[in-house]
Amino acid sequence: MSKRKVKDAPLPLGDCLTEAQQVLRERFCRQQLPDRPEGVEAQHKHLLELLKRTAVHGESNSVLIVGPRGAGKTMLLQCVLRDLLEETEVQKNLLQVHLNGLLQTDDRVALKEITRQLHLENVVGDKVFGSFAENLAFLLEALKKGDRSSSRPVLFILEEFDLFAHHKNQTLLYNLFDVSQSAQAPIAVVGITCRLDVLELLEKRVKSRFSHRQIHLLSSLTFTQYLQRARTQLSLPDNFPDSKFAQEWNEDVTTLCEDKSVEEVLQRHFHSSKDFRSLHMLLMLCLSRVSVAKPTIKPADLLDASRLCLADAKANMLHGLSILELCLIIAMKHLNDVYEGEPFNLQMVHNEFKKFLQRKSNSMYNFDQPVIMKAFEHLQQLELIRPADSSAAKTQREYQLMRLMLDHSQIMEALQKYPQCPTDVKQWAMSAFG
Amino acid sequence: MTTLLQHPGYEEEKLQRVAELLLCREVQAGTLLSLMGQPQQRCYPSIFIYGHRASGKSHVMNVLLKELELPHAVVSCVECVSAVLLFEQVLLSFFGCDAVSLLPRSPSLSDFVRIYRQQCSPSPAKQTRYIVMEKAELLRDTDANLLPALLRLQELVEDNVTVILLSEIVWDKFRPNTGCFEPLLLHFPDYSKGELQQILSQDRNPSYSAEFYSAYINILLGVFYSVCRDLRELRHLAALNFSKFCEPLSEGKVKETDTHKLWRNIEPHLKKAMQTVYLREVSSLQWEQIQQMDEKETGALRGLSAHTHVELPYYSKFLLIAAYLASYNPARTDKRFFLKHHGKIRKTNFMKKNEKTSNHLLGPKPFPLDRLLAIFYSVVDSRVAPTASIFSQISSLVTLQLLAQVSHDDQLDAPKYKCAVSLDFICAISRTVNFDIVKYLYDFL
Repeated sequence: MSKRKVKDAPLPLGDCLTEAQQVLRERFCRQQLPDRPEGVEAQHKHLLELLKRTAVHGESNSVLIVGPRGAGKTMLLQCVLRDLLEETEVQKNLLQVHLNGLLQTDDRVALKEITRQLHLENVVGDKVFGSFAENLAFLLEALKKGDRSSSRPVLFILEEFDLFAHHKNQTLLYNLFDVSQSAQAPIAVVGITCRLDVLELLEKRVKSRFSHRQIHLLSSLTFTQYLQRARTQLSLPDNFPDSKFAQEWNEDVTTLCEDKSVEEVLQRHFHSSKDFRSLHMLLMLCLSRVSVAKPTIKPADLLDASRLCLADAKANMLHGLSILELCLIIAMKHLNDVYEGEPFNLQMVHNEFKKFLQRKSNSMYNFDQPVIMKAFEHLQQLELIRPADSSAAKTQREYQLMRLMLDHSQIMEALQKYPQCPTDVKQWAMSAFG
Repeated sequence: MTTLLQHPGYEEEKLQRVAELLLCREVQAGTLLSLMGQPQQRCYPSIFIYGHRASGKSHVMNVLLKELELPHAVVSCVECVSAVLLFEQVLLSFFGCDAVSLLPRSPSLSDFVRIYRQQCSPSPAKQTRYIVMEKAELLRDTDANLLPALLRLQELVEDNVTVILLSEIVWDKFRPNTGCFEPLLLHFPDYSKGELQQILSQDRNPSYSAEFYSAYINILLGVFYSVCRDLRELRHLAALNFSKFCEPLSEGKVKETDTHKLWRNIEPHLKKAMQTVYLREVSSLQWEQIQQMDEKETGALRGLSAHTHVELPYYSKFLLIAAYLASYNPARTDKRFFLKHHGKIRKTNFMKKNEKTSNHLLGPKPFPLDRLLAIFYSVVDSRVAPTASIFSQISSLVTLQLLAQVSHDDQLDAPKYKCAVSLDFICAISRTVNFDIVKYLYDFL
């Protein structure tokens, strides 16, 4: 209680950290909206103008937002909507319909969802009545009745737009674009997609009704901006309860970002992908290491997190194989080398393995065929090997043709890391031909 | 040990209990716990955990969620043959049966998300909700939208929910064509030999000392470690063979400390176990029965694969032999093998073969019916009329899956077959009819 009285009194360290975690986690995981969109001001302005024309003047529009995954398409749209809804006139006028290609997998479901979200009169509670045809006719009738001056504008937001193009006959898209082209109720159709060739997916009649207005979000980010972004993402806001802690934290973050090794790590991530989601993932991993015992992010944390992100998953899996399975993989590698990537079967692999055993006097790996078969099947379960053709049922298991899904360097690297790898096995793997 | 599992959001004693249950997985549990954060904090939308079979993925998840009393739904993708079952299970464990009854008859993903939102809007999650999907590799075979939707479920339902995927297969094989929300990847490494020893030594028999049992585990790992690292399999084998290990002790022949003699006693037994119980040739019940009657040699009982011999009619046997010869011999050598007066065939040409083309490596080749019958008449000494019974025997061999019909384009006109039996099997068959098959096989000349 005393805490609440004295607002500016410093909180204990644990509480501060909890609070900081809370704030930063919200930011990384929920992708909270920034106050102002960064780097996409022009697109923001364009889209805002466009939607305002629909919302205020009743002009029908259609637009596609195109950009790679994690480029901030949804964020841009949300920002625009937030800014748009600040005007009271728009607020009470505009109707929104949110659809997602992942959820509304066919037109029937999408139509029900539209009817539900528009609260039309064949909706009771949240149940929608009527067949698909009735629903469509009803909806179109409702849209047609309206005109530019009197009816409320509707904003259709189609996320994962490319998935809507896979619906049968593209009925929904056709009707939406058709309404936006003719003088009916004012609607704006905003599609969000990550496919650059999305217009090729549309049918000709649908394409001709689309306004061909596209907003591209292609990141033109430089590394300095990237670094800056990492810093702002990690720093605490001004309204943090304990200002002294926030100040210290922010100073720590600044020194962290100036560290040479940190810069190197971030550079590597920047070169592999520019999107912010992978950055968020990296920072989230760093943040999770912060505790009372270690209240700041150290460069070593970032290094560890980056190692975790960039680790080769297949090499990790190879590490856990038994020595017999590893021997089989080496035999497969040799077969691939000798026969230049031709598929192989279990018999050939076993034969290759037997040749290795014959050269070695000690026969500690002398296993029966069924034991080897079991190891081989385990490799198949892990999808490290894969059947070359799908006609699996016809042939006997030992003669089924397989392909190795690993490359040379992965195997050699895994062999180096393998715990207590026998020397003769290692040498066998090194030797060029069997 | 408990220093790794510390988190301000949870009670000390609960964490203590978790740490006791999670042997050798403290590092992974600690990482997970710090990623999950305090119950009321946000967690990353999706976490993908991969690792080998029996590396404690489900166990760690279950113990953490149960002991810390977090709201969670555990869904096994093997059980969920359709997405509907998944929806029902998730709604049931988060919101109770009322929510499930709201689902329409054949719910789509859209209905699920709508009902989830509806349910959670009056009571937004005070704690992070977790959906654990076991054997997540099966999600790839279901509806193509399901996996991407699950990965961004947090965004779709606007609730503090985290989807955790557990799988044996690496994430690269999951990624859909147009990409998706990337989950956070976490690897559970395999147990090292020392860790396996430590875990297996946990479930010791109380009537024997700890050193005795750990010596036993040591011997067991010495035999099986190079073949199998699956903890469950090893635990099963350890439980099965322990009574045999104790046998000399109860007979009073050796003392507990005499490790070498105990090893001498158990090692051949374990080697035999690898050929039988490990391959499930002999069921564990049978194995235990064998151990009871010690006068009978272990493994004398025939396993599953020894039961493969089939009683066939006389001509069927020859048909099968002929099919085997047709499958594994090149057609150009038929004249040399099966014709009495085959004229001159140059020996060098005939014998020219390299190992790469050996049919016992490459597998059986398809052959036409005519060739099968020609070889059949040649190997059967008596005169056989091509009656309906001979042809029906061929088709019944196909239904027995001893032969396989290769192409389905024509049933009657020149069908092609493949022989689908092993060398051991055909040798056993030819022995019953006094036919020396090895003499006729090109690979063994």
